[in-house]
Amino acid sequence: MYETNYHRAGSVAEAAEKMAGADDGKFLGGGQTLLPTMKQRLAAPSDLIDVTKIAEMKGICADGDGVSIGAATTHAEVAGSDLVKQTLPGLASLAGGIGDPAVRHMGTIGGSIANNDPAADYPAALVALGATVITSKRELAAEDFFTGMFETALEDDEVVVSVKFPGAAASAYAKYPNPASRYAMAGVFVAKGKDGGVKVAVTGAGQDGVFRMSAMETALAGNFSPDAVAGIAPNADDLLSDLHGSAAYRANLVTVMAKRAIAAAG
Amino acid sequence: MSKVSMVLNGKTVSADVEDRTLLVSFIRETRGLTGTHVGCDTSQCGACVVHVDGKAVKSCTMLAAQADGCDVVTLEGIGSADSLHPVQAAFREHHGLQCGFCTPGMIMTAVDMINRHGAGNLDEATIRHELEGNICRCTGYHNIVKAIKAASDQMAGMAQAAE
Repeated sequence: MYETNYHRAGSVAEAAEKMAGADDGKFLGGGQTLLPTMKQRLAAPSDLIDVTKIAEMKGICADGDGVSIGAATTHAEVAGSDLVKQTLPGLASLAGGIGDPAVRHMGTIGGSIANNDPAADYPAALVALGATVITSKRELAAEDFFTGMFETALEDDEVVVSVKFPGAAASAYAKYPNPASRYAMAGVFVAKGKDGGVKVAVTGAGQDGVFRMSAMETALAGNFSPDAVAGIAPNADDLLSDLHGSAAYRANLVTVMAKRAIAAAG
Repeated sequence: MSKVSMVLNGKTVSADVEDRTLLVSFIRETRGLTGTHVGCDTSQCGACVVHVDGKAVKSCTMLAAQADGCDVVTLEGIGSADSLHPVQAAFREHHGLQCGFCTPGMIMTAVDMINRHGAGNLDEATIRHELEGNICRCTGYHNIVKAIKAASDQMAGMAQAAE
């Protein structure tokens, strides 16, 4: 790892101030992606601004019929929250399936979405549930927040403060993890809104990161069952193809994972 | 350089270290506690697992500076050669190791898993699932799983006896 300067911010305002004073700074969440990247010398920020001790960025609370989750909340805290388990069981099970127990004790929801790894789990939940990302500057709909592979709408000095999830009538997530890395080769989040509308979002498979499957959404609106999507797959031309799996293989995985998620959502 | 202070195995320690110092380097090199191992250095193998504020974390994927002000426990902090922790004793009893390199991380992960689920509440499937972040290249895991199950059940018995 190249040299860097570590700072701990006590408030969102202080984090922004420290970032403004840095040459090439990065906000540090749990560091479960950023630190390995720095160790490989693929990233060399001059300054790290640790935002995990900021009180206003921590914790989970009820918000209308949904939940609001502070950006510095760990995956283990989301997975273990009774409120999340009751309100959005799909989100709790997704958080409990990220990485391994030690990674879940450190990794945060804000860090995960700000990195927008195309194989990360959280982006699928945010898009399918129609979440709102609250940053230090504004509020963004999840679909406007994720802009491409490892790309978000965040500006350099903008930090995620919390994520607001509306309630849902049903939610579930199914992923096919890569056997070695445990990252999703295809992960599908299915959410049935309280108005009956269905949203399906896919992670792990798309070349531009998370995307919605509108053909599945239409089919599920009339018939919320695994059979409704059995014949629907994304266009393989738009999918990732690498040593872990071809685009055609991933296209099929999306259908299979969608069926499993729908079955789990009930 | 920054001054980093933490409670390490019950003792307050501090040192001036480079900001890029990993927690595992602080533990092994600055403090000379070599029970915590570095296997892969890429967050995969779990040989470096320690407890920070009571939670199992991979100390190769955390800066010492992030642990400033925290309570850190390593393998050396849970038992000694004269007085083994029940999990350590169970690993010896059930031969939950061959070369022993992954053992410190396995034991720290096992203690964390028993803490979270409650002693006596672990079945084989749960233990295997919870070991997702710890790699052993010798044993095939069977005796590790047996050791954790035995320790969990024994600790439940100890808790009951204490009541």
